[in-house]
Amino acid sequence: MGLDSTTSSHPLVHQLKKIRQGDSGLLPILVGLAALVVYFQIRSSVFLSAGNITNLFVQATIFILLGMAEIWLLLIGEIDLSAGFNAGVGGAIAVILVDHQFHWPWFLALGLAMVVSMGIGIINGLLVILLRLPSFIVTLAGLLGLQGVLIYIVDRQGTGGVVSVQEKVLYNLVNGNLTPLWTWIVVVVLVVLSSIVMLRGDQKRRRGGLPGKPFFITVIKIVAMAVAGLLLVLVFNTNRSSFTHLSGMPFAIPIDLFVLGVGGFILAKTKPGRYLYAIGGNIEAARRAGINVNRYRLMAFGLTGLTAGIAGLLYVSRLVGISDGIEGGTYVLYAVAAAVIGGTSLFGGRGKMIHAVIGGLVIATIDNGMALIGLSAATQLIATALVLLAAVTVDSVARRASNNAR
Amino acid sequence: MESTSEASSTQHSVTTDAEAGVSGVSPSNATPLLSLRGVSKQFGAVQALRSVDLDIPNGQVTALIGDNGAGKSTLIKTISGIWAPSEGHLFWKGEEVHVHSPRDAARLGIATVYQDLALCDNLDIVQNLYLGREETDRGLLNEIKMELTTIQTLKDLSVSTVRSVRQLVGSLSGGQRQAVAVARAVMRDSQLVIMDEPTAALGVSQTAQVLGLIRTLAARGIAVLVISHNLIDVFSVADRVAVMYLGNLVSSGPAANYDTASAVELITTGETSRTATSVTSTQ
Repeated sequence: MGLDSTTSSHPLVHQLKKIRQGDSGLLPILVGLAALVVYFQIRSSVFLSAGNITNLFVQATIFILLGMAEIWLLLIGEIDLSAGFNAGVGGAIAVILVDHQFHWPWFLALGLAMVVSMGIGIINGLLVILLRLPSFIVTLAGLLGLQGVLIYIVDRQGTGGVVSVQEKVLYNLVNGNLTPLWTWIVVVVLVVLSSIVMLRGDQKRRRGGLPGKPFFITVIKIVAMAVAGLLLVLVFNTNRSSFTHLSGMPFAIPIDLFVLGVGGFILAKTKPGRYLYAIGGNIEAARRAGINVNRYRLMAFGLTGLTAGIAGLLYVSRLVGISDGIEGGTYVLYAVAAAVIGGTSLFGGRGKMIHAVIGGLVIATIDNGMALIGLSAATQLIATALVLLAAVTVDSVARRASNNAR
Repeated sequence: MESTSEASSTQHSVTTDAEAGVSGVSPSNATPLLSLRGVSKQFGAVQALRSVDLDIPNGQVTALIGDNGAGKSTLIKTISGIWAPSEGHLFWKGEEVHVHSPRDAARLGIATVYQDLALCDNLDIVQNLYLGREETDRGLLNEIKMELTTIQTLKDLSVSTVRSVRQLVGSLSGGQRQAVAVARAVMRDSQLVIMDEPTAALGVSQTAQVLGLIRTLAARGIAVLVISHNLIDVFSVADRVAVMYLGNLVSSGPAANYDTASAVELITTGETSRTATSVTSTQ
């Protein structure tokens, strides 16, 4: 019978046991990411410069958000191929409404953009649920249709297929920073809060009479968080411009952390989140347990649209505008790749929001590093493809090993 | 060869519950937990159930046996609310009830453990046990309470081979998965637990585990209705036996009234000329 998943002996031994049984979690990917970083730094000494790391993180935030958007649906065994252009349309709406002839206040324009994106997600969901169509086909149609909508909206502005952002809030989403002081405050608060939550959770378990996580592991996690936080602050607070002064954490990062926090919380601690995992694991079992599966499937589609909308806002902020030629198709593939590289299963039932973060960082690292060492576009594409294959293979082999160990 | 279900045939046959009177056969208290009278079910031109009369008393294990296509699954789906009967009446504790949906059945206290168990492999034991009825604390999942209750429930059912309730159900053995599915039924304070082929895919020791679980349920006063092909399992655990043949309930009564030979004959032909050695036939 074999599997002993309680913490038996020393926690380190337990962790090694888990890896051997195939439940390696994030460890292999983190090791892979570290290897990539080392490689790129050797090939180009500017890789680990403050400016480049900041740039990499900002690039990553958009992949991460689109990855998180996909995870809502990947968990229930669906997919949204239109998410890239959904983001584009949302961003376009925001750009057009804040500037030019509309001049809406930023919160209305950005709010409407997010509502529209969520609505597009819900329409996808209604088509899938009511007409019982496969989400792959519905969202493929969405990809094509939304690309058309985007071109229509942008070209109608009469500015040659590109609309630029001049409004301050939208510009600052990605291009603006927290001051160095606030950077410290945000990171310290986050690390302290996370530590308190972890420790208190453990304390409640012990008081209830349940075995808590070994203290050792919690301490390591807190220390790792603190060290990572410290490094990030030091990197962001270093002046990264050679002719003027530019420092502090870009706003995009706290925005991403907020979405990560809310999304992760919903999945881990609420009934709707739990039901998404159930639907992805065995939809018939969920139905027989009395769960209204269609309600939660629709919710997932809506959340994907909403998260894509937020990604769209960051995207147009980074581009300082919207063009009718954005590569929404490629972006959505990167989004799915990010989720899968991070450990989310394409078949449903397995995944967490943090996977998008890891996967997004991996993809941004490859993107950034390869551009830095001057690889051609062709090489970059092939390399990214190989990384995706490698990640999925490692995961699949590990799962097969864990199934055989039963 | 046509077979009739009338007990007035010249063959010796064990009386059905309807003739013996509701209280006639069961040794325990007066009213059975669930009584079916004249229950029929039609699907278009197909008559899946023909005027079934059956009593299911609590505190006892009733085994429902019969060949493939005899109507066993249809019968339990009618009881558990998936189908409504085309004709006939259901009585719960003596009063007539109408079970139109699985939710109605659950509200009465009927829990069904299907052959595929309806478990989510990607969730752990606690999450499966509470699926659909999670305990919350101010809107958030109350993991500690659910985990403690799960541990207690498994202990009450003497399920001792599971090491951690946080194991994924997908990593459990067949017998353990059955135990989890049964524990889920029990946790709802069910009064009638229906199990469809619980030992079909299990090996020897796992089968023994599950049969022990079934007896534990009965000992707690729960009525258990078990569908099984395996006559060895049936005779080792059942207090009562009910035989179905081509949609008819051709025979029912205390398990002591049956033996393997008579059971097989009832299953394959709908009648038997034998009686078990210890009981004289009634007419």
